Amino acid sequence: MNAKSGKGFGILVTFCAMFLFWLLLSGHIITEEGKLDVLHVGAGIICSAIIALISHDLLVKEKGEKMLSKSFRFVIYLGWELWQIVLANFDVAYRVLHPKMPIDPLIIEFDTSLRSDFALVTLANSITLTPGTITILVDPEKGKFLVHAIAKKPADALLVDKTMQKKVADVYMEW
Amino acid sequence: MVLIDVIVILFLAAGIIFMFTGVIGLLRLPDFYTRLHATGKCDTLGEVLIIAGLLLYHFFVYSPGAELSVKLVPVKLLFLIVFIFLANPTATHAIMKAAYKTGVKPWKKGDARM
Repeated sequence: MNAKSGKGFGILVTFCAMFLFWLLLSGHIITEEGKLDVLHVGAGIICSAIIALISHDLLVKEKGEKMLSKSFRFVIYLGWELWQIVLANFDVAYRVLHPKMPIDPLIIEFDTSLRSDFALVTLANSITLTPGTITILVDPEKGKFLVHAIAKKPADALLVDKTMQKKVADVYMEW
Repeated sequence: MVLIDVIVILFLAAGIIFMFTGVIGLLRLPDFYTRLHATGKCDTLGEVLIIAGLLLYHFFVYSPGAELSVKLVPVKLLFLIVFIFLANPTATHAIMKAAYKTGVKPWKKGDARM
């Protein structure tokens, strides 16, 4: 796939996503007489085309390399992540409501092999949403993370086990 | 209909409980960073559970037999959930980074409350 067809693919994907988004938000597809609602759908096509031409490089950055398998892995990862969010909330609730408040905050630093924007954002947001840790800073060039942990145990999960780093690296195939 | 009512009430109650825990955390925890732990996590799940409850109610009570634009309201609520999952942690990072860069000192175990 050369650079030019890659660009055309990016514009097409952005246009489809934007147009679908327009249809779902407006809901004016068929008029009361049962005909196609030309005014609203046409306005949607024009707006989506303008957006796709101007900002297609924001949504689809590189060529569509292994996009399908990455998206599929991401959906599986999302299921695990949702469960972690529920655990995180019970963890915070326990620490907050416990009379002695079992907290021992510390700041930790670790390196990862991740480099692409999507992978770094996924890991940063996942760290914030999972039990006991929040991302403070991310260095995109070195893949370095600075994380605030509320106690020793959640910090060890990132430093020693590295479950989450491995999972995110698996999703984006950036070991 | 009664079953749907019960499920929706359970969702809303769970959401309110998590939001409430977030508020207690905001008041009880000792410093800026630990308070963000309480608000950043509990707010996300609390809001999502409340919106999910509203979504279910609309889907089962208002959607059947309605026109298309009414039927699409649950889809809009679903978009809201996605945006909250993206925007809430990001806003937490932004606040956290600003505090760290301006030199807010993190609380250590044994320090006095700030």
